[in-house]
Amino acid sequence: MLFALILLPLLLGTVLTGWSGSGALRPASERRRTAWLAAAITGASLGLLLAQAPAVMAGGSLRSFTPWVPEIGLNLSFALDGLSLMFALMITCIGLLIIVYAHHYLGPKDSTGKFYSTLMLFMAAMLGIVLSDNLLLLVVFWELTSISSFLLVGYWQHRADARSGARMALAVTSGGGLALLGGFVLLGQMAGTDEISQLMALAPRIQADARYPVALGLILLGCFTKSAQFPFHFWLPQAMAAPTPVSAYLHSATMVKAGIFLLARLTPVIGGTDLFMALVMTTGLATMLFAAFIALFKHDVKGLLAYSTVSHLGLITFLIGLGSPLAAVAALFHILNHASFKAALFMTAGIVDHETGTRDMRQLGGLYKSMPWMATLAMVAAAGMAGVPLFNGFVSKEMFLTEAVAFAQGGGWRWLVPAAAALAALCSVAYSVRLVHDLFFNGPARDLPQPHPHEPPLGMKAPVALLAAVCVAVGLLPALLAGPMVKVAASAMLGRAAPEFHLALWHGFNLPLLLSVLALGGGAGLYVALARGGRLHRMNSENWFGALTGLNLFTRSMDRLFSSAGHLTNKLENASLQRYQAWMLLAAVAAAAAPFWGGDAPGTGARTLLPVSLPALVLWALLLAACGWLALRHHQRFSSVVVLGAVGLATSISFIALSAPDLALTQLTVDVVSTVLLLMGLALLPQQSPHESSRRRKARDAALALAGGAGVAWLAWLMLTRDHDSIAWYFLSQSAVAGGGTNVVNVILVDFRGYDTMGEITVLGIAAIGVLALMDGMRTRRPALDVAGRAWTFAAQPLMLRVAARVLLPLALVVAFYIFMRGHNQPGGGFIAGLITAVTLVLQYMANGQSRAENLLRAQGGRRFVVWIGVGLGIAVLTGLGALVFGQPFLTSAHGQPHLPILGELPLATAALFDLGVYITVVGATLLTLSTLGNVTREPGSSAAPRLNPSPNPNPSSSPSPGRIPS
Amino acid sequence: MGETLSDFFSVHLPIFPVLLPLLTAVALLLIGDNGGEASHGSPLLRWRRLISVTSATLGAALAWTLMRQADYGPLTVYALGGWQAPFGIVLVVDRLSALMLALTWTIAVPVLCYATAGWDTHGRYFHALFHFQLMGLSGAFVTGDLFNLFVFFEVLLISSYVLLLHGQGRQRFKAGLHYVILNLVASALFLIGLALIYGITGTLNMADLALRIAQLGPQEAVLLKAGAMLLLVVFGLKAAIVPLYLWLPGTYAAASAPVAALFAVMTKVGVYSIIRVHAVMLGDGASHAALAAAPWLLPIALLTTVLSVLGALAARSLARLVAYLTVASVGVILAGVGLFTPAGLSAALYYTVHSTLVIAALFLLVELVASQRGDAEDRLQPASPVAQPVLLGLMTLLGAASVAGLPPLPGFLGKVMILQSALGTPAQNWVWAVVLSAGFFTLIGLARAGSILFWGVLPPEPHTRRAGGGSSRRMLSATLGLLALSLALAVYASPLKRYTDAAAAQLADRAAYADAVLGPLGGAAAQTTRPYRGDAGEVAPPTPHNPPQTAR
Amino acid sequence: MSLEFLLASGIGAVTATGIYLILRGRTWPVVLGLSLLGYAVNLFIFAMGRLWRDAAPILSAAGRMADPVPQALVLTAIVIGFATTGFVIELALRTRHETGSDHVDGHEPTPGHSETRDSA
Repeated sequence: MLFALILLPLLLGTVLTGWSGSGALRPASERRRTAWLAAAITGASLGLLLAQAPAVMAGGSLRSFTPWVPEIGLNLSFALDGLSLMFALMITCIGLLIIVYAHHYLGPKDSTGKFYSTLMLFMAAMLGIVLSDNLLLLVVFWELTSISSFLLVGYWQHRADARSGARMALAVTSGGGLALLGGFVLLGQMAGTDEISQLMALAPRIQADARYPVALGLILLGCFTKSAQFPFHFWLPQAMAAPTPVSAYLHSATMVKAGIFLLARLTPVIGGTDLFMALVMTTGLATMLFAAFIALFKHDVKGLLAYSTVSHLGLITFLIGLGSPLAAVAALFHILNHASFKAALFMTAGIVDHETGTRDMRQLGGLYKSMPWMATLAMVAAAGMAGVPLFNGFVSKEMFLTEAVAFAQGGGWRWLVPAAAALAALCSVAYSVRLVHDLFFNGPARDLPQPHPHEPPLGMKAPVALLAAVCVAVGLLPALLAGPMVKVAASAMLGRAAPEFHLALWHGFNLPLLLSVLALGGGAGLYVALARGGRLHRMNSENWFGALTGLNLFTRSMDRLFSSAGHLTNKLENASLQRYQAWMLLAAVAAAAAPFWGGDAPGTGARTLLPVSLPALVLWALLLAACGWLALRHHQRFSSVVVLGAVGLATSISFIALSAPDLALTQLTVDVVSTVLLLMGLALLPQQSPHESSRRRKARDAALALAGGAGVAWLAWLMLTRDHDSIAWYFLSQSAVAGGGTNVVNVILVDFRGYDTMGEITVLGIAAIGVLALMDGMRTRRPALDVAGRAWTFAAQPLMLRVAARVLLPLALVVAFYIFMRGHNQPGGGFIAGLITAVTLVLQYMANGQSRAENLLRAQGGRRFVVWIGVGLGIAVLTGLGALVFGQPFLTSAHGQPHLPILGELPLATAALFDLGVYITVVGATLLTLSTLGNVTREPGSSAAPRLNPSPNPNPSSSPSPGRIPS
Repeated sequence: MGETLSDFFSVHLPIFPVLLPLLTAVALLLIGDNGGEASHGSPLLRWRRLISVTSATLGAALAWTLMRQADYGPLTVYALGGWQAPFGIVLVVDRLSALMLALTWTIAVPVLCYATAGWDTHGRYFHALFHFQLMGLSGAFVTGDLFNLFVFFEVLLISSYVLLLHGQGRQRFKAGLHYVILNLVASALFLIGLALIYGITGTLNMADLALRIAQLGPQEAVLLKAGAMLLLVVFGLKAAIVPLYLWLPGTYAAASAPVAALFAVMTKVGVYSIIRVHAVMLGDGASHAALAAAPWLLPIALLTTVLSVLGALAARSLARLVAYLTVASVGVILAGVGLFTPAGLSAALYYTVHSTLVIAALFLLVELVASQRGDAEDRLQPASPVAQPVLLGLMTLLGAASVAGLPPLPGFLGKVMILQSALGTPAQNWVWAVVLSAGFFTLIGLARAGSILFWGVLPPEPHTRRAGGGSSRRMLSATLGLLALSLALAVYASPLKRYTDAAAAQLADRAAYADAVLGPLGGAAAQTTRPYRGDAGEVAPPTPHNPPQTAR
Repeated sequence: MSLEFLLASGIGAVTATGIYLILRGRTWPVVLGLSLLGYAVNLFIFAMGRLWRDAAPILSAAGRMADPVPQALVLTAIVIGFATTGFVIELALRTRHETGSDHVDGHEPTPGHSETRDSA
């Protein structure tokens, strides 16, 4: 029910209007339809509201509850009591007027769909704020108003001031919204519930909590930013770039009142403490005085109205801060009054702008002649604003002054309060007078953009008239018209029965009356004094505060934020790989070292170590030498490949010596292939690296390298010198009986951890296909060879080599087969066999030249090898899937030992089939990688490249490294 | 028959998310793909697309089934080759793995659809590689074995290398080289860390590791922590945290839209692994080695958020902006993880789902916008207006608002969860300050970007290379779908939060995990390792497929 | 002096050299560095099984056997290293072909400072 009240505009409204008026330049009929839709939906909401009104006016209240995310205390719970009813009525009624007004205000170029759908969104959000009974839900709608106001203020997106104004409004209000969120989460934690209606009872507990001041501060921050309280007021004048209907709606009646509403709503929960009073009262007073004064010197009509709004909001805030029941009443009453006269005045400003094309009061003037009706209405509203007797503003201002005076009874410095209040009242009189005088009298207008203004269309005038009527009516019969509403609202706000109060024009002669008389007289006097000789028009309040205006501070800090963010980011993210690498390695060293700090760091263990043999010592020395050479001479690219090979060899030898034959075999074959790859690649690159690293850079890198090396060495040492526990015993005991093989490593690979192997050959396959994909479309003429006279493509070779290759091929294949078959029991296996096969096939390339070899293998430019990879992977996976048929998990193996005539005892395990998949994948991947690289340098079409000797030039110094590739 | 089939299905379910993409990729390899516009409209292309998208949809269905199964509570354990853990490799599907699986596959489907609008013809074997990538991700999420995690990291990395280069072009190769080399070094670090962990504990299974680690003496614990911290660096590079995030913006900005969208998951793999290793394996149950990462993770996460938000403010193109927001989201997530409380973990998981979805959507959106802005592409400078201002504008608004954490979008809910979970912890003030201000500055940056892209427009220039105004229907609907999914998280926030709560609780229950994986060996009391003396110890009876007895 | 010491220090030396080369500015030394790092890592993993003489993990007449698990892990590592090496070599080639420079940042360093950012 209550939810529907919001959903109507939220969903139906936005969608329908958006659909109806999509795009600008629509025929008038469609524009009217859109406006009507918006009006109808608003009317419906209003109707729903009125249907509930009687119950509420009788002192009851409605609730509705639907869980949304109870886990975090966020629920769709709504409540309609006096306070929310008052605001909801204000929102919907004025909304209606605005819709009518805007329909005539918007030009034919403005998109009505965009306007009305956003307006609907905003209205829904406002209704949500006043109706929601859940803290987090309230934040939801709160931020929704920020977003929708962002869109509304930026409605005329082509105007720079609109864009910046919108962004500023968003920044300030939603920033406040974040503070509010923080405050509410804290509040919810303190209270243990997020339901507002339950908070009231918990007020004592909350206010006793140590976190209360923090929560209060955050919440007030949210309220003050939203309600444009000093020093956060500056966004409101900037938001005047919005279309006037928006200003009239958001910046007089609704959004800026959201903060006020929240203050009122939470007064019984967080109010009443000295801290609350001090903060809210002073802020309100300061804002009221300051803004009222500035408003007097604004030459833009809307600017003046904006500051006067800020000032009146300050007044209301002050009253709420006072905290006395009567002050609350006065606050609520003034909210109503302000909404009526300020909306009317904004609309007037819009009309004047609409008719004359300017809002600058230094140009305008004498409009009474051309639009007497408008002038009269405006004067009524202005009288309300100034607090002239018989108009609504007067009554509430009387109450306000009464409260101020009452406060002064406390004595001491407190007399300052009524003084300030009177001063502010005086100023507001002055600027009201100025508004009327400068617009409608004060001589003829000076060079207007639209020289012939006249009465606006009825649709624009009617809303103003209505509001003006309200001003007068309430001014005359306050008790009758506003009394009941204010009463229930006040009781809802205070959380108990509202005090006895009497809204009336005449309270007899008393101090407040005197004060307002003074204000009236003084204000008029002040204006006359200032305006004499047009002095006022030459004044400019902007220059008074220089750089210290909130606006300046905000914009400058924003600029600084963006620029410094830019500098910092450029410093950090400088697109230098070396820098990133250094960071990572530094992080690694630090991370690994961290645990050793403090605590008892482990030392050398107790394991009995193996004695050193001479060969080992020699090998070690050679290894260190190779490393040293690489570090210093790596610029010699070709030689460094050779030395790298040496290091690889050392690795393999240590594997053999330390009883890891499989590793040695694999490492060796891998190294052969990688070396071929490296040499082929080197052919297409400069033969030397330039000496370009600065000394500092070298030092940094050396330090990192030594730290890393030492760290790894130390870790290795610590591990090598302690014995270890392991699950390995299981594999030793099971590989024969359960795995059907005596080569434990191989059984682990193809059986116990066959899943790893599946993944690993997948990597191999992907890498090869990746190479194919990444080299796609790359064709380059062999650059290096012009200089050194070498061909790196597989050119056809002398007969002898070709014969050798032919002979070798079958032989190698037999070896491969043997290695493959014995793999399960002896060092070997599919992977090594695959590499051997690949190498021999590569030999074919070398011997016969790329094209011939490819013809032999029907490679179709790698296509064939891709298929091999696919087949290999397929076999491996299907073997694994076979187990599923027998109800076993993926990759479960079965094995037997059939006796074959020639081969004898043959361990035939499904693992072997799996290994076959490995074999095929390896062959395919290796050949694909190599042939792709070969293809790069092959002249398109040319069947065989010129024959040249494949041994590269050992001393590239004779051959200057080639420049960039000729494009 | 029916129910035998169904329980056959439910028994083997965990392995399917890995095998399905693998077999799909194999099939796609056999079909072949020569790429290039030449294959446009060729029957083979249509086949590839059909197979690819169908299989992805199937995979999504599988993933969701797994998640429903996981939500019943008990962990699903799948012993590959029938070998009892820790001796064989097991897949373990708990709520966390299932969630990540579902997330990955749910993103994959729309992204693939998007790619079929043309991207998949800008290079060779796109679909095959995409499925290899999915295989790698799925494998990493379901495995219960640390070394196997490494293997599948490699699978997903190598395919990500190639996918990143998809479409080629100078920028991509530049970024690709950095990305590849950094990750290769990281893989080396990964292996060193792994080796240390094995060398100390003598086992590789995660459940078993948790037990062994808890039994370590103070000195061994130091060595193990060293290994674990190395892993933190590796995972940190994937997840992109200070100081290892610098590669990401350039890389993601250079990637083609669908790839970048898929990469939104990649960072979360790092997050996932950090959770598995540091929040669970080295959780506070791990005596001497407990919470090795605790002193580092939270500060790093917060710093990451701050720096990346500043980067977002500095971004000069929409793609880089979104890339930086990716990093920022990781920061927020790890802030939740870094609290090392179930509440924080749960919040982090919700935020993970949200941020991954919305960022994937944004990456697709970036390209849509760029393709409609003529030569200005996605650079943040005034240009000719987009062809579909309302549609794209709305999508951008929604996505941006959600990323910035504006209500009522999921980003807001996630933020609230993080804030609430931080309350009462020592780090409370820091987390609050960073998360709230990060939201504020993100909003400012996005407001600026949005107003430039959609408001600060120049009169349309005649010579824009905009192809027929709007973007292809397929691209739009794919992006919309992804966006809708991310927004649905606001509606279904409650069930998801309940799920993540349960997931966090499940991760905290080490005993249950041990029982599920090592049950036959005695669960939490299992003694799997023996002092290694170079022999099999007392010979055990040969019973291959139910080794519990052999373990005695 | 022990074999363990030789191995540990050897691993350290290779690692250090690898790191140093990885940090160089051109793709080629980086590729070499990666291979070196690969060797070091393989040896390191292998070392986690501790050192054993004449104890190949092949079931035969009773005799001590080295820990087979690290060996299996190393084999996997070797294969993956092989795959990535091949890939990165060709990536280096292609990148140079595209950017015209074999510098890891895709452009010749500007004389003043070797670290530059590309305006992407």
